[in-house]
Amino acid sequence: MDENTIICRCSDVTLKQIRELISQGYTTYDEIKRLTRIGMGPCQGKTCGQLVLREIANATGRNIADLSFHNIRPPVVGVKLHLVAEEAENNEE
Amino acid sequence: MREVELVIIGSGPAGLCAAVSAASAGASVLILERSFRPGGQLIKQTHMFFGSESQYASYRGVDIADILLDKIGEYGDRIELMLNATAVGFYDDNVISVLKDEKEYFKIKAKSVICATGAFEKSLVFPNNDLPGIYGAGAVQTLMNVYGIRPGNRVLMVGAGNIGVIVSYQLMQAGIEVAAVLDAAPRIGAYLVHASKLARMSVPILTSHTVKEAIGTDRLEAAVVCELDDRFQPVPGTEKRFDVDVLCISVGLSPLNELLAMRGVEMKYVPQLSGSVPLRSENCETCIPGIFVAGDASGIEEASSAMAEGYLAGLCAAAKLGHVPDDFESRRSEYLKQLEDLRSGPVGERIRAGMKISQL
Ligand SMILES: Cc1cc2nc3c(=O)[nH]c(=O)nc-3n(C[C@H](O)[C@H](O)[C@H](O)COP(=O)(O)OP(=O)(O)OC[C@H]3O[C@@H](n4cnc5c(N)ncnc54)[C@H](O)[C@@H]3O)c2cc1C
Ligand code: FES
Repeated sequence: MDENTIICRCSDVTLKQIRELISQGYTTYDEIKRLTRIGMGPCQGKTCGQLVLREIANATGRNIADLSFHNIRPPVVGVKLHLVAEEAENNEE
Repeated sequence: MREVELVIIGSGPAGLCAAVSAASAGASVLILERSFRPGGQLIKQTHMFFGSESQYASYRGVDIADILLDKIGEYGDRIELMLNATAVGFYDDNVISVLKDEKEYFKIKAKSVICATGAFEKSLVFPNNDLPGIYGAGAVQTLMNVYGIRPGNRVLMVGAGNIGVIVSYQLMQAGIEVAAVLDAAPRIGAYLVHASKLARMSVPILTSHTVKEAIGTDRLEAAVVCELDDRFQPVPGTEKRFDVDVLCISVGLSPLNELLAMRGVEMKYVPQLSGSVPLRSENCETCIPGIFVAGDASGIEEASSAMAEGYLAGLCAAAKLGHVPDDFESRRSEYLKQLEDLRSGPVGERIRAGMKISQL
């Protein structure tokens, strides 16, 4: 059942994958992010972030408020690279 | 790089009221709104609002947006409203990067900033939760009330809070059948006025129930629900199947404030406010002087409190910029009083507890 339950819809990561990683000892958000790309999709973890933290909290008995989420960095939505490059050129002048 | 006195991010009730308040004190304001239409959540709300008179109770949400936009129009020389403009980055020196119409990207430097970005919807974990036909309640409301598109023919609503119940009623007004409304909690969360509308239309509200799984191959065909015991564990043998083509998830919102987090504002996870929120003063100012927050971005509440916080944040941001109106103190205490009234009584208990934890 867990393999049909999607936790991160941006990167197609299932509950089964998350639970397996946690049982192997990957109990921080950042470790799971680096291994599965959760939180790296267009929504930047707004959909999956809390779900993953809750899985970690349930498995480790820790409080969700004490777990750390990833560092939030710009941009909050996708921006085409040529736009970023053009802006940088204009700003140098 | 363009420099602006006050940048307000978001044009929901909080952002619009902040703009009116700051401009009336004498500040020049730029509002950035990612959508093509200003008003935030208000433009989807076709029902009469609850709340108190100073926050336009018993007007429809969409009409409140028009009233606020008229007020913005009165300060046309001091407020610029930029639509289709998403604030995508917020940097150390108060530089904000903006993506406009998906084809222009530029930076703006602000003396002061109010973040009024609202909220995002929480999601739910169950097998086949990625089948087409499974929506968040916000998406259903946007399709139906902003674009006039029918999301499907028969809906199962998950969540009997105000949003779930109001959206169910609006679906029925649009001629779409609502098979049932579920909630994991043993009690209905919505206000009685809204819940009783559904009861009168014979829509069952199943408390202590959750979705067990969604069924379908290419799209949603049915959903299986089950009962929960008093420890929220599924009770075996209580499964029921609903043949529906839409499953609407309305299990709550979380504050949207990632821009503040990337700017380095001190944040804290506060369950009473439904997620991670910035610490702030009584005047809605964060730990970084000149950076303010208002509305759902600082904790999930209602449009009425979002408006009062917007007025307060706008007034205090303008004052910090040197625009101190003669009636500053009386206006400030009036907004604080409105907020206190809105958060009084048993309904406001959670919010009051959350505010205490998130106070600087
Ligand atoms: C179905 C439903 C019924 C409701 N009924 C009531 C009611 O009867 N009474 C009541 O008081 N409240 C009600 N509410 C609650 C109320 O709508 C919200 O609390 C209120 O809209 C919050 O206001 P806000 O300005 O903080 O956020 P929002 O209204 O969400 O506005 C935020 C704005 O910010 C914009 N934004 C976000 N990020 C960016 C960015 N990076 N750059 C640029 N713009 C951005 C968004 O596009 C949006 O326009 C209801 C809500 C729902 C969903
Ligand atoms: S759902 Fe995981 S990054 Fe969007």
